[in-house]
Amino acid sequence: MDYLQTVDWSRAQFAMTAVYHWFFVPLTLGLSVLAAIMETLYYRTGDVFWRRTTRFWMRLFGINFAIGVATGLILEFEFGTNWSNYSHFVGDIFGAPLAIEGIMAFFLESTFIAVMFFGWDKVSRGAHLAATWLTAVGANLSALWILVANAWMQYPVGCRFNLQTVRNEMTSFWEVALSPVAVNKFFHAVASSFVLAALFVVGVSAWYLLRRREERMARGSIAIASFFGAVFAVVTAVTGDRSGAVVARVQPMKLAAMEALYDGEAGASLTVVGLLRRDRADDDGPFRFRIGIPKLLSWMSFRDAESYVPGIRDLVAGNAERGILSAEEMMARGRKAVAELGRYRAAREAGDRAAMAAVERKFDPAAPEGEEFLREYFAYFGYGYLESPAQTVPNVPLLFYSFRVMVGAGVFFIVLLAAVWWLNRRGTLASARWLLRLCVWMIPVAYLASQAGWAVAEAGRQPWAVQNLMPVGVAASKIPSASVGTTFFLFLALFTVLLAVEISILLRQIRLGPDGAEIPEPEKL
Amino acid sequence: MDTLTILQHYWWFVISLLGALLVFLLFVQGGQALLPCLGRTEEDRSLAVNALGRKWELTFTTLVTFGGAFFASFPLFYSTSFGGAFYVWMAILLCFVLQAVAYEYRRKPANLLGRRTFDVFLTINGILGPLLLGTAVSTFFTGAPFTVDRLNLADAAGGAGVVISQWATPWHGLDALANGWNLVLGAAVTLLAMMLACQYFIGSVADDAFVARARRRMLPCALGFAVCFAAWLVRLLFATGLAADPATGTIVAVPYKYLRNFLEMPFVAALLLAGVVAVLWSIRLGWRGSRRAVGFGGGGTVASVLALLLCAGWNRTAYYPSLVDMQSSLTIAGSSSSLFTLRTMAWVSLMIPFVAAYIAWAWRAIGRRPLTREELDGEGHQY
Repeated sequence: MDYLQTVDWSRAQFAMTAVYHWFFVPLTLGLSVLAAIMETLYYRTGDVFWRRTTRFWMRLFGINFAIGVATGLILEFEFGTNWSNYSHFVGDIFGAPLAIEGIMAFFLESTFIAVMFFGWDKVSRGAHLAATWLTAVGANLSALWILVANAWMQYPVGCRFNLQTVRNEMTSFWEVALSPVAVNKFFHAVASSFVLAALFVVGVSAWYLLRRREERMARGSIAIASFFGAVFAVVTAVTGDRSGAVVARVQPMKLAAMEALYDGEAGASLTVVGLLRRDRADDDGPFRFRIGIPKLLSWMSFRDAESYVPGIRDLVAGNAERGILSAEEMMARGRKAVAELGRYRAAREAGDRAAMAAVERKFDPAAPEGEEFLREYFAYFGYGYLESPAQTVPNVPLLFYSFRVMVGAGVFFIVLLAAVWWLNRRGTLASARWLLRLCVWMIPVAYLASQAGWAVAEAGRQPWAVQNLMPVGVAASKIPSASVGTTFFLFLALFTVLLAVEISILLRQIRLGPDGAEIPEPEKL
Repeated sequence: MDTLTILQHYWWFVISLLGALLVFLLFVQGGQALLPCLGRTEEDRSLAVNALGRKWELTFTTLVTFGGAFFASFPLFYSTSFGGAFYVWMAILLCFVLQAVAYEYRRKPANLLGRRTFDVFLTINGILGPLLLGTAVSTFFTGAPFTVDRLNLADAAGGAGVVISQWATPWHGLDALANGWNLVLGAAVTLLAMMLACQYFIGSVADDAFVARARRRMLPCALGFAVCFAAWLVRLLFATGLAADPATGTIVAVPYKYLRNFLEMPFVAALLLAGVVAVLWSIRLGWRGSRRAVGFGGGGTVASVLALLLCAGWNRTAYYPSLVDMQSSLTIAGSSSSLFTLRTMAWVSLMIPFVAAYIAWAWRAIGRRPLTREELDGEGHQY
């Protein structure tokens, strides 16, 4: 019982750390690129205005970067401290992207960030520009590798189970690195981060325009950020659409939960807005009200407007007509696969080589019985640990609303950023004060949308730590739940304080503007 | 040796090298620990912090990469030690979080907590970071109370809480602090970090009074380090170690295992000796005020720590001995990733010399001229 509480606390701790981490990462990813673009303009034109502008945004980048690094460290080590079984079971695959991230990306980022901040008068202009771009490349490369790792948990490919070591082992690095989930996830997460950073730059610049301060810098920054943001908002939408199509194929339960689709249908409609019933009464359907677009969900999922999209009930109870196994059936098959491990251990302890060899053949893809066992039973290994079919259903309201916040905000950002770019280009933006105020308010909305995206991705794959292979319930370390509870509150308090500090410093630096930003308070000297 | 065995040894070498570089780079922590005595005035303190601030991210990144590379190459250690010695690792992480924000925020207006709080964060990280990391590394030799049974996964259903790697005591890592020898190595690493920090200041700060203070502080740190390290090393040479029997693969106790390792791998012993001599030479150079002291101190540290970690893992030694179930002890052969993953990662590791080259370039570019008080008043980025 205590172990189950430990699992819950570990989930809470990891989710909390990830949420805090993601407060800082998207701005780092996007602002590094925007600062590099601005410095490129300085390099090409020699206009000190761009140097001043670049340095202002770099200062805000630095304030944000530090705390992203801190929360990132915790996340990496929490795989070991809180998810010990997981680390063993899939460490052979999952550890590699983490190590590559360190070797390829973190050193690049941390080395050149020092040159970027301290090298203005120590290296040539060209070398400094290269350092700024390499910092941006390093930041985005680190996103690539951690997203590859995350994608593998959602869609475990390029591996096979090794009975001798009782773990999954990598068989194809490129299948892991270039899986459709990984590719879409990377472009979607990075593009959406660029949009968030663009909205941050536009919002802060809009604040200056409202105050009639730093107007040249604000307009110059908006010109770059709004164009950059609008382009990547479109990329976000396109990659989001592709992600949806991949999810329909590899995580159908996540898609059904996102849409609150309880009963599968051919030609399924996409809900644009809707309000869910609290009790999910069967007779009345799950919605209090709903506006949908006919056939769009089917088309987006399978590129066929008449295709069948399975619902939550189909995936739990099974649908023989559509060839969907029930959760109960998958659990039974999973239990058989898990039981083979028990048989193997008993045979090994008894020294029964014939019995050991029989189990080994089942896990050997080259042996005929192995091929069948791996396909029909081991594929559902993780289901063997579940106790009821209901566990296979994620939190529907959380997914449903998070998805709509993400998509709604994302579509609005395309329109907003395009409009801001156009008005700024015509020189009439400063007089559209309502729009400037809206831009300021869109900064928190961008963060909300970004977090909502991760809520869809992560809460949507519950109960799985690794899709179909390992539920979170058996992935955790065995530590007293009170200990994990304690570290949860410790980190919660620390991160909350540091977030407050970061926001306070950022707001002060923005208020001080590009010239006053580096002046420490006299009494603090 | 088959390919897998070669790659296991290669990866243990890479991990050891990263660990050795990390110990050298802990000079940043050493400098932070010395802040209360070296930074008497606010200006002195800023001088020290800004000199260290150009390097803190490198230490941090090396720690993260060390963790990631360990995970990729020896995942069973990652799942056993991190999930078992929970409190120690959490304490280490916590004190590094404090460091990550302290540099950037300490002098920023509206930082809510005040500069002094962030300086205290730096000092906490400066002392606890090396102390706890040194203590944790010492358990590579002194062992820890854990058991490993991979087939426990067969019993893990229904929230039974049967996990692959289990800690045999409720102390979850705090037990490492009960072993005095672990603390001795922890103290040695802390004092070494302080000594290296003094040498770093001598080489990278252009201020006579400050450098003179750093020179004076270096000697007691060096002396304390030498005593702690010598005691720990002598005890190690007489210690019984665990090793995999070459014929059966079972783990057996071997008297004077680490001494034997040095005798059977003379190049490792030579590396240790060269490292120790270089560190001793750096003390002499540092006392004379030579800017080259940190080069010798750093190089010597890397060589010594590399030799010790190779001694812990090579020659069939159990690099993570279990105190409660000898057969659960981790050797590089029994805890590594698969041949495929090690081979893939070996290709990736070819990037390391390239990474080292650009780090060296950046180090030279930024540190070509020692930091001056005037620079702290300039328009550049300040901590």
